[in-house]
Amino acid sequence: MKLEEYQGVWVFIEQNDRVIEGVSLELLGAGRKLADKLNVSLAGVLLGEGIKPLASEVITGGADEVYVIDHPVLKDYRTESYMKCIMLLAEKYKPEIFLYGATPNGKDLASAVATDLNTGLTADTTMLDVDVDNRLLEASRPAFGGNIMATILCKKHRPQMATVRPKVMKALEPDTARAGKIIEETISLAEEDMRTKVFQIVKDVTKKASLAEAHVIVCGGKGMGDLQNFGLLYELAETIGASVGGTRDVVEAGWLPHHLQIGQTGETVTPKIYFAVAVSGAIQHVVGMKNSEIIIAINKDPNAPIFDVATYGIVGDAMEIIPKLIEEFKQVPINQGGEISYA
Amino acid sequence: MHIVVCVKQVPDTKIIKINPKTNTLDRRSAPAILNPYDAHAVQEAVKIIEKTGGTISVLSMGPPQATAVIKKSIEIGADRGYLISDRAFAGADTLATSYALSKALERIGKDLPVDMVICGKHAIDGDTGQVGPGIARRMDIPPVTNVIEVTEVNEQEKTVLIKRKSTNGNELIQADLPCLLTVEKEINNIEYSPLPNMIKAVRYEPVIWTVADLENVECTQLGLKGSPTIVGKMFTPPKPEGGKRLEGSSDEQVKQLMGILMEKKELLTLQSSK
Ligand SMILES: Cc1cc2nc3c(=O)[nH]c(=O)nc-3n(C[C@H](O)[C@H](O)[C@H](O)COP(=O)(O)OP(=O)(O)OC[C@H]3O[C@@H](n4cnc5c(N)ncnc54)[C@H](O)[C@@H]3O)c2cc1C
Repeated sequence: MKLEEYQGVWVFIEQNDRVIEGVSLELLGAGRKLADKLNVSLAGVLLGEGIKPLASEVITGGADEVYVIDHPVLKDYRTESYMKCIMLLAEKYKPEIFLYGATPNGKDLASAVATDLNTGLTADTTMLDVDVDNRLLEASRPAFGGNIMATILCKKHRPQMATVRPKVMKALEPDTARAGKIIEETISLAEEDMRTKVFQIVKDVTKKASLAEAHVIVCGGKGMGDLQNFGLLYELAETIGASVGGTRDVVEAGWLPHHLQIGQTGETVTPKIYFAVAVSGAIQHVVGMKNSEIIIAINKDPNAPIFDVATYGIVGDAMEIIPKLIEEFKQVPINQGGEISYA
Repeated sequence: MHIVVCVKQVPDTKIIKINPKTNTLDRRSAPAILNPYDAHAVQEAVKIIEKTGGTISVLSMGPPQATAVIKKSIEIGADRGYLISDRAFAGADTLATSYALSKALERIGKDLPVDMVICGKHAIDGDTGQVGPGIARRMDIPPVTNVIEVTEVNEQEKTVLIKRKSTNGNELIQADLPCLLTVEKEINNIEYSPLPNMIKAVRYEPVIWTVADLENVECTQLGLKGSPTIVGKMFTPPKPEGGKRLEGSSDEQVKQLMGILMEKKELLTLQSSK
């Protein structure tokens, strides 16, 4: 493999129902920085049916080029059809770095593509950088084995691939003045050759409304002691119109269902206000919430790592603090429109 | 119907604790277990075979001690177990792992053709979820990841109807057999093992293969040598400054916090949907 034949940073633009996923725009933001450092172009790869109009959004999002394959067989995501397109493009244009959102479909696609391209893939990355001298992607993720990060490198294979967690990178402000090139490719795909068929997609609205989109989150940790005490957090959440989430330990204790877990193996959240109550602040948790605007930590251990990421910290017993907070908030009328005012 | 379930032995991350001072694992308290997602994969195979009849094989790669997870799978209801164990496999990343497992699957398939492969969604120690789709590609069968229900297996038509979690909801998919599924925990509940299975498991000796027992293996694709990714460095992320510690009695702290939040009350808007 001649490594120097491979050039440019690519981002897989995931669209569902002709709407580009947020993580793809975030990756254009992150990819832009990598491409500028390496002094190469940034390209988006857009696949689907009737998706050509989305190409301009990829350019305003930061790309110099967009590779588009528009085909009826690509209407719904399927590993086999999507990977055929990616293989065609990657073998023809040879990117050196290729990023995917760590969504169910993004991970599925990247895993299949990495196998066929016989290259390295880093899963669930939360930090990205490049070693410019060696043209190496530095993809970092929390390591199993401690509150530490591991940087994964792929030295001798190209493209260097990574899936990246949603909501950890920042999208750019759309720049409508940006110019870019749209490169359309054709592929021959026949529905009869497909070994999978998508019959029906039931959109999951409940999940999105609960955590990822929440403005205020009350997250409880194992330190709440038991399910009954954990109930205090629901009361607080209700009083202020927040959503409730938890750490993995809380989910494993059965106090919350898995889809409310926040962290590396749960949801990544970026609310305006995040209450971390009796949460120790393990790195696997912190990577899922540290980009919240205001973090309020309540923990009885003054040395708990959660205080390192907190905007405001209260050292104290949650069982004492939370009821008091609920009382205080109950004094504050919260209007229908969402405005809070002192009476 | 012949289903092969790929299983992995992992440290129990539920019990394992991280020492916050040294940032390292406290390994003393970490027993090795069957990866929880893989237990659900075996259970799903049992559920399918109850309807269709047939054979369940389990396959694992690991050190000799990994026979323990094969025995555990026999308890849940698997019929046969295979362990591939060789120093040549050591240090494998997901690419080299899927290569070795697919070679073992090839060998298993020679004795009894494989109709379906089931894997857990991911292993709780690595958390990548990349091995399942990798195996499917190497066997050239369709992968279906994040499966939450096997709705129907049609042996005549050689198809299977599956529900999977996709990025923005759940999908109903039909896949041709043979195919590979990776399953979520919610797909089933692990049943209590029947006594005969427990007894069988105690005495069960899995088939153990080394590289020499597999065919057409390119040794450069195995283990460390066959792994394109390496760990460059480990580091503790730069510690953020930490914010303001509120002071005083709990009453005073709560009052201070309320004061702060009231200044930012525009952030505390009610959520639109509740
Ligand atoms: C591969 C892997 C993936 C993981 N993924 C995730 C993930 O996605 N999300 C996640 O959250 N974790 C994850 N973890 C687990 C993570 O490492 C921690 O174990 C977990 O986050 C700790 O949860 P906790 O803070 O609730 O509990 P603990 O660490 O037990 O902390 C409890 C805290 O409560 C405090 N406390 C106790 N009583 C009180 C009281 N009365 N008032 C106030 N404070 C009190 C204590 O001081 C302590 O700080 C993962 C681990 C691994 C190995």
